[in-house]
Amino acid sequence: MYNKKVRGILVEGNKSYGQISRDIIAPLYAKTPIWWYVAATLAFAAMVFGVWAGYITISTGIGTWGVNNNVAWGWGIINFVWWIGIGHAGTAFSIFLLILRQKWRTSINRAAEAMTVVAVICAGLFPLLHMGRIWNAFFIFPYWNTRGPLWVNFNSPLFWDVVAISTYFMASAVFWYIGMIPDFATIRDKTKSKIKKKVYGFFSFGWVGSARGWLRFETASLLLGGLAAPLVVAVHSIVSMDFATSVMPGWHTTIFPPYFVVGAIFSGFGMVLTLMIIVRKVFKFQEYVTRGHLDAIARILTFISLIMATAYTTELFIAWYGGQEYEMFTFLKNRVTGEYTLAFWTMVTCNAILPQLFWSKRIRKNITIVFIMSIFINIGMWFERYVIVVTSLSKDFLPSSWASYSPTLVEVGLFVGTLGIFLLGVLLFFRYIPMIAISEVKGILKKTSK
Amino acid sequence: MKKYWRSIEEYQAIQKQDIEKKEPEPEFSIEGMSDEEIKGKSNRRDFLKMLGFTIGYATIAASCETPVRKAIPYLNQPEEITPGVANYYASTFYDGHDYCSILVKTREGRPIKIEGNELSSISKGGTNAKTQASVLNLYDNARLKSPRKNGEKTDWASIDKEIIAELEKLSAESKEIILLSSTVISPSTRQLISEFSKKYKNVSWITYDAVSMAATHQANKINFGESFIPTYNLKNAKLVMGFNADFLGTWLSPVEFTKQYSAARKLLNGETSMLRHVQFESTYTLTGGAADDRIPIKPSEEGILLLNIYNYIAAKTGTTTYNAPNTSVDYKAYAEELLENKGKAIVFSGTNDLNIQLICNGINALLNNYENTIYTAKRYNFKQGDDQAIEKVIAKIKSGAAAVVHYNVNPVYDSPKGAAYKEALDKVGLKVSLSDTMDETASVCTYVCPDHNYLESWNDAEPQTGIYSTQQPTIKNIFDTRQVQDTLLKWMGKDPVFSDYLETYWEKNIYPKQSTFTTFKSFWNQSIHDGTAVLETKFKSLKFKPANLKAPEYNINGAELVLYEKIGLGNGKYANNPWLQELPDPITMSTWDNYVCVSVAFAKANSLSQEDVVSVNGKFELPVLIQPGLAKNTIAIAIGYGRTRAGKVANKLGQNAFGLIYEKDGFKSLLGNSIKISKIEGKTYPLALTQEHHTMEGRSLVRETTLDKFLKNPASGNEQHAIDQAKNTTLYTKPKFTGFQWGMNINLNACIGCGNCVISCQAENNVAVIGKEQVKNRRIMHWIRVDRYYSEDEENPEILHQPVMCMHCDNAPCENVCPVAATPHSGEGLNEMAYNRCIGTRYCMNNCPYRVRRFNWFEYANNKDFDYNMNNEVGKLVLNPDVVVRSRGVVEKCSSCIQRIQEKKLDAKKENRQLRDGEIKTACQQSCPADAIVFGDLLTPDTEISKLNKNPRVYNLLEHLHTLPSTSYLTKIRNKKS
Repeated sequence: MYNKKVRGILVEGNKSYGQISRDIIAPLYAKTPIWWYVAATLAFAAMVFGVWAGYITISTGIGTWGVNNNVAWGWGIINFVWWIGIGHAGTAFSIFLLILRQKWRTSINRAAEAMTVVAVICAGLFPLLHMGRIWNAFFIFPYWNTRGPLWVNFNSPLFWDVVAISTYFMASAVFWYIGMIPDFATIRDKTKSKIKKKVYGFFSFGWVGSARGWLRFETASLLLGGLAAPLVVAVHSIVSMDFATSVMPGWHTTIFPPYFVVGAIFSGFGMVLTLMIIVRKVFKFQEYVTRGHLDAIARILTFISLIMATAYTTELFIAWYGGQEYEMFTFLKNRVTGEYTLAFWTMVTCNAILPQLFWSKRIRKNITIVFIMSIFINIGMWFERYVIVVTSLSKDFLPSSWASYSPTLVEVGLFVGTLGIFLLGVLLFFRYIPMIAISEVKGILKKTSK
Repeated sequence: MKKYWRSIEEYQAIQKQDIEKKEPEPEFSIEGMSDEEIKGKSNRRDFLKMLGFTIGYATIAASCETPVRKAIPYLNQPEEITPGVANYYASTFYDGHDYCSILVKTREGRPIKIEGNELSSISKGGTNAKTQASVLNLYDNARLKSPRKNGEKTDWASIDKEIIAELEKLSAESKEIILLSSTVISPSTRQLISEFSKKYKNVSWITYDAVSMAATHQANKINFGESFIPTYNLKNAKLVMGFNADFLGTWLSPVEFTKQYSAARKLLNGETSMLRHVQFESTYTLTGGAADDRIPIKPSEEGILLLNIYNYIAAKTGTTTYNAPNTSVDYKAYAEELLENKGKAIVFSGTNDLNIQLICNGINALLNNYENTIYTAKRYNFKQGDDQAIEKVIAKIKSGAAAVVHYNVNPVYDSPKGAAYKEALDKVGLKVSLSDTMDETASVCTYVCPDHNYLESWNDAEPQTGIYSTQQPTIKNIFDTRQVQDTLLKWMGKDPVFSDYLETYWEKNIYPKQSTFTTFKSFWNQSIHDGTAVLETKFKSLKFKPANLKAPEYNINGAELVLYEKIGLGNGKYANNPWLQELPDPITMSTWDNYVCVSVAFAKANSLSQEDVVSVNGKFELPVLIQPGLAKNTIAIAIGYGRTRAGKVANKLGQNAFGLIYEKDGFKSLLGNSIKISKIEGKTYPLALTQEHHTMEGRSLVRETTLDKFLKNPASGNEQHAIDQAKNTTLYTKPKFTGFQWGMNINLNACIGCGNCVISCQAENNVAVIGKEQVKNRRIMHWIRVDRYYSEDEENPEILHQPVMCMHCDNAPCENVCPVAATPHSGEGLNEMAYNRCIGTRYCMNNCPYRVRRFNWFEYANNKDFDYNMNNEVGKLVLNPDVVVRSRGVVEKCSSCIQRIQEKKLDAKKENRQLRDGEIKTACQQSCPADAIVFGDLLTPDTEISKLNKNPRVYNLLEHLHTLPSTSYLTKIRNKKS
């Protein structure tokens, strides 16, 4: 629909098909660089910290966290929502941009989808570890049993969470994997290592690149895409209902589902931006992930940040307009001017104000600033979840119960641990899977390159 | 077998095989087995098999984690014990300080709960927190498990032999033997002690109370010619004016006063007037919180103010006035009120100062209150202690006393002369303690002959003239202890069976004074059954003789000090009781510590902030707690802390403030001393508060009004209720119940916030103690809490108390968010908790607007990190077998004592009758000294609860949320003068 005049060139350097294959597969053949080992060690260390924290949590109890009778959810849920948000990037990229016929997605969607899968795994860990009795976690699945039978509570948003997240995870993973089949076949065909041939051969499902194969491939992608599209919306809507269906002031709002979905995509795109800037620099993919790509993401972020600002303003307005004293207290006193001012204004600054800098083309072109901004967005989104979870719980209806909350080392450890898992996952992805969807890039080459 | 072959090669091969086969065959066939198998090596299949087995076995072993614990059935079924059915025994709680008539609930032979005895004419079914917690003292592992000599374990026979020999020797040498005891209100024990004194001749019996009322005795001696403490009846009064008398909390007979006080202030039966209460006090007490008017005064102002009031009244009634310094308090309106309520007022002071007590007596006499509200012939037998007791003992030791026997006293800890006393004891040859723990005094005694716990002993009591109370053992002594009376009998060379002695005493001395019963046996059995016996006594009142009045003078250097007893800990005798340590102070909401209370202005002026550490008189360090409502330049510190030998729970908690007691004219007073505090820069000490925000933020949570407004409009203060009810609408059908729908009502006008319900609930429902660190983390487990809010002026705020427990909402926000349906709604309107099903997502806790749900953040039982009663085999005996001990990771909360509901329902079913209204009493309700809680069926229209819910004062907490709570509140009404 759009031609190169609007979007610019999507693949620079006048590549041939063969060159694309060679370029993208190159890092998989190159000797593992030192920095990779350094980063992997770091990630592993972070993971070990997380495993220690998980061990303490499971063996001693949730009491090792900073949560209390009044603020019963803390970093565990904040990080869960944060990771789920990040996990929206891949599917959003693949599906929404596919629907909108945005060709430029092709060089980014693979990495974004990989991120999704790892981020959802990180997210899924939190509700589990957060349970008082993790060994009874299976109670949450509606399985036929002899206890009555005793079913789960289908009214509970937490049960919806379980269904939504597991479905989303499976759909995302399958979607990601199916997209990789032709590329695995490419590696299989190119590699000289016997082991690699076997492994990639196994994963490529005997792909031969026949017309029939392509036909099936396209159909399957389309079907899965169609399935995953509503899931993107559903997952974070349901996560938002963990809050929205409650009675807590600051949680009990109808704006939550769209606000959460948009916020999730915002943080997902932010994370994609962070990651792609690193990837194109480290693996010299500047010709595939061009400045034009980054520019497009920055523009989307500007647009989403306006939606975020609208959501924040609406919340405040409704709190005031509704005239309910508890809501007014939570929003206008507790968040805007009270104990949680710092967190609230960090959130507003990072999510609603700073991205407005992207209106300037000069800033959008400055990769360093864009990189810093992408990190700010993820900090901002983390604080958004902090503001929602902690402020509402810590000062709710009865002032006698008001309590503060600060995390312990164990909670920090779990967060750092998931960062480690994420980093390690991404590093493994860099090492063993083509970072850019070769076949898809080839598909747009003729139309959009010089 | 015939062999066929096709080629020569094949034939040869067969031939070869045949030769090989001739080797001897193994005993069993190894055909089809691989080499590895034959050699005993395992292959892949085996590995998988073993892996499968290991995992399977580990899974089964891990999932059946609970070890089998065998219960041995009774070989011979004891009479009266039916497993699973509780027995109740009437008894008496008296520890030298507090008195309550009680029912002891026992299960399978062990006492597990204290209930109030409704037959008592004093405590009338009420108890206080200390009484409730006393059952845990029985199972205190710090109790002595055998007699001790020089700290070493010994046996009764040898210790008796040595002590008797020593006593006889001293008696023969005419050396003085001192028996130092706290106030003994048991008439039989008093007689026993006097017999003991006769036997060993030179015995001087000295009574010592850590906190005494000696000045009251002395003042009455001057005014009436006899030394006594009068009784009061708040029900007959229209106006009560307290001066530093925490009569609802710790002073004299708080349970009795609370019963009378709340009855006179409930306003449920169309009364148009209520008892008015004005409190002048230096620190903020429970009583001050309940008062209609509370005026902070410095300790040094009290006497001056009282004398001015006296003069005002005297001038109006035309009697002598005395010279009084001016006071800054505007007292005239209050003096005028006293005059208006002549004969219907009570003025009392808790200050142990002779001048002040004389002025109080003077005012009461001027107002004609004696024999109308105050009774000189019907007296309390509490607090007989001599303020000079310790000095006297020291003097006697100096002049040659050779033996000291300590009974229920701990002067080394709780006397300001403790150190001197300890030193003096060095010179005594025979030092005996009868204490049941190795306390500070026992540990400097040669012999310790541990007393039974009161639940293991026979005894009686005469708390008030003519009112008797019995005490019976509810369990055989757990440790090798012996009750003091038996010990004395033994030393007197008599048969040590005090129960016989007691019975004989009653037969000779009490039975003849009554006329209802015709045989002693029936009288005795009835008295033991009821736990109380009231004799018709004719009282001859005494005539008042005026005395010369003057205001006490103080030499204040620095700030003025008020020492006070905490509701839970009192004078520190029960410091090792973790329930009491963890009971939040109803005013400061603090647990596990004592601290220096300073007023907001004082903190500002001296740049102190909460949790700063100050040095007190340079002697010890305590943290600062900012307490609104303290008088100007006044500092308050709680006594009862700083125990060094109470046991592992109490040792090293807080500081001992007994050394700061004010001594003047031979009286020891908690008020009046000067104190200097200096901030220790850079040092802070964390305090564990259960409530950190102190105002209601203008929310209508505790709804209050004044009497005037109430009389004009009974719904005044409760206007929000009508607004919320009008908007109360829903798309869903209202839940319907058949049979029963349980509901509760809390009368905020009756509740004084004493915390009895908290401990009662803790004992009933096996609520865990979590320790200071976890309380500080805001994880207290109490199923019922008493919220405390301040209102108005920060220098003298009013206090509002509100008990909050599970509201059992019919539209409960917690229920629909639980993913595993662990907290469903019962068919009787209860919000139930299925611990087994709970996986601990804690969503319910977040979604409970009342914040009554509690999470087991750790394993609180059998965990050495929580080394309280649930971590030792003795302490665990207190657990209620009807209530499960919750494990780590599950949510718990108030169940409306569902085990009690079930018990009574079954009783009714067995007897084939309807449940009676009021038959089921929740733990918090049963022993409430203020009768503030009513529980019952909401479906039956004529139950008390249904009637109460029609009262225009009724409202639900946060009713705008449409949670439809089953628990309602009645507005608080203060009798303010407009």
